[in-house]
Amino acid sequence: MIEGLLIGLSAAFSIQNLLMVVAGCLIGTFIGMLPGLGPMSIIAIMIPVAITIGDPSAAIILLAGVYYGAIFGGSTSSILLNAPGVAGTVASSFDGYPMARKGQAGKALTIAAIASFAGGSIGALLLMVFAPMLSTVALLFHSAEYFALMVVGLSAIAAFAGTGNVAKAVLMTLVGLIMATVGEGALFNMPRFTMGLMDLQSGLSFITLAMAMFALPEALFLVLNPARSAQGSSGKIENLRISREEGRKIAPVIGRQSVQGFFIGVLPGAGATIASFLGYAVERNIASKEEQEEFGKGSIKGLAAPETANNAACTGSFVPLLTLGIPGSGTTAILLGALIALNVTPGPRLMIDNPQIFWAVIISMYIGNLVLLILNLPLIPYIAKVLAIPRNYLIPFILFFTLMGSYIGQNNATELLILVGMGIGATVLKFADYPLAPLLIGFILGGMLEDNFARSMQLYDGIGFIFNRPMTLGLLVIAVLLVVIPSYRARRAKARKEGVAEGD
Amino acid sequence: MALDRWVAFVILCAAMAYGYAAFFTMDALLPPFMQRNPIWPSTFPKVLAVLTIITCLFILLGLEKSEDDGKEPDIDYRRLGDYHLSQALGLLALMVGYALVLRPAGFLSATFLFLVLGSVTLGERKLIVLLPVAAFASFVVWYLVDEVLGIFLRPWPFFL
Repeated sequence: MIEGLLIGLSAAFSIQNLLMVVAGCLIGTFIGMLPGLGPMSIIAIMIPVAITIGDPSAAIILLAGVYYGAIFGGSTSSILLNAPGVAGTVASSFDGYPMARKGQAGKALTIAAIASFAGGSIGALLLMVFAPMLSTVALLFHSAEYFALMVVGLSAIAAFAGTGNVAKAVLMTLVGLIMATVGEGALFNMPRFTMGLMDLQSGLSFITLAMAMFALPEALFLVLNPARSAQGSSGKIENLRISREEGRKIAPVIGRQSVQGFFIGVLPGAGATIASFLGYAVERNIASKEEQEEFGKGSIKGLAAPETANNAACTGSFVPLLTLGIPGSGTTAILLGALIALNVTPGPRLMIDNPQIFWAVIISMYIGNLVLLILNLPLIPYIAKVLAIPRNYLIPFILFFTLMGSYIGQNNATELLILVGMGIGATVLKFADYPLAPLLIGFILGGMLEDNFARSMQLYDGIGFIFNRPMTLGLLVIAVLLVVIPSYRARRAKARKEGVAEGD
Repeated sequence: MALDRWVAFVILCAAMAYGYAAFFTMDALLPPFMQRNPIWPSTFPKVLAVLTIITCLFILLGLEKSEDDGKEPDIDYRRLGDYHLSQALGLLALMVGYALVLRPAGFLSATFLFLVLGSVTLGERKLIVLLPVAAFASFVVWYLVDEVLGIFLRPWPFFL
């Protein structure tokens, strides 16, 4: 591990990569603050830039920086305007906004920054310990297990993303898988489902799809309903200090939530959103009676808990991505797509074949958290000015960047028409309450899923591999249970008021 | 019928077309040596088509009681007219227009027009601010993409 750390340090501390971290965090904070734009849209817009950089470590460092920045920026707008830009920071507004109303906006931002910093750093520490362990185990996996693992991942994502609507989420996953079969597969060298169109020969472009699924519908929703883009000046932000007593009060919260958030983030499908809600609920339940009263009215514990948990979960979601090559959330799925485009296949071999990428990402997490703490915190009063940009200017720019993103990836104007068409489709799906993240994850995993399936079929000369390998069978059983149990339970109970599952 | 079931119906039709292609049209083209393979290019699509059709029917027949938690949706599609629908459609039309004129008109003029018309569609009337901002932004983006990132974007119309 020490050797790895040194490799990571030497890779991450190049001027270029340091610049990437700083740029990523700043861009992420800026855009994450805009209500209605989640980290997925932001990362989707940044991908073409990252890909043209060409160096995979630099690219993923940039995108990861954007990711933390977006979560941090989202909490800023949650606290200042009660308008979360990101689903993962909705819980931060429960107590952050009341604090800002009481004139403690500066203190709330400091607590958010410190909690995010601690959550992210402790998460990175845990990632450093667990990722190598998991990837040693993962080296024993065959393609049959990979196939089964991906099925588990997909069904877990469907089960979590569609709270109460598992069938819809499963359908979206399947549509994503179907879209992935368009074009020429590596195993067969034969075009499928292209309808004779040359433009579809190489399949649908993942960047275009990501833009069409996230950025475009979000922007259209902002146009349709101006109330979504809550605007206003944030008022004066001063007095960023917190007292020692307050620090002592939130320290145990931060400790608990970093660990809990991290492990929730590792689970496929459960990301920053679930971690932050759960963290908030747990801390409220274990707080003392008089502290419980304060929750929802500006409790510093109630702010620290979701802030720590969502950052730790962001870090945790890198574990399955880096060790198994299976993304657990929409955002990591987009990162996976970017890595594949850069000719790096994340998975257990990543640590052996490209240790500099793996460790540079981890080191950059520390740097990113530090940047957020020491650079963004003092700058927040100025960055918050972005909230005052009139939407008449903002929306055309967002749309333009979506168009640009899919154009410079392919240099093909037809791609733009595909983008608009699919964006309209995605908006209709959003109207009908279909979750969109499973579609994109299905699309990204589709190729790998089929490759591994085909390889196992060839090795075992048929479907027998499922029964010959107990682990594969076990994983597939888990996958089926994951989908069946929630839909069975949804028939009976209707609980869960907060179904904000999309967006991380 | 609610919108989500219409969507499921549309996907069902698409999945049936997809399944037809997978089951009946693909295998005939397969070269003989590949027919001895346990997996054909059509195997995975066949599985997907069947699963998709089952899931669609599941939603269409309402077998899964979707929990109605009384959550206010962001946008209620039944009252679409109450929202700024014309603005949204106008922007979509602009995006299509942008796609069509980007090559012939060149990046700078197409982008400038897109940004200006987009803002005007949304109700911006202060042209004295808008025009310089749009011009500046088009140039900066072109400079960053073309010069810094090194991706060629033709800046001027085809006749220049």
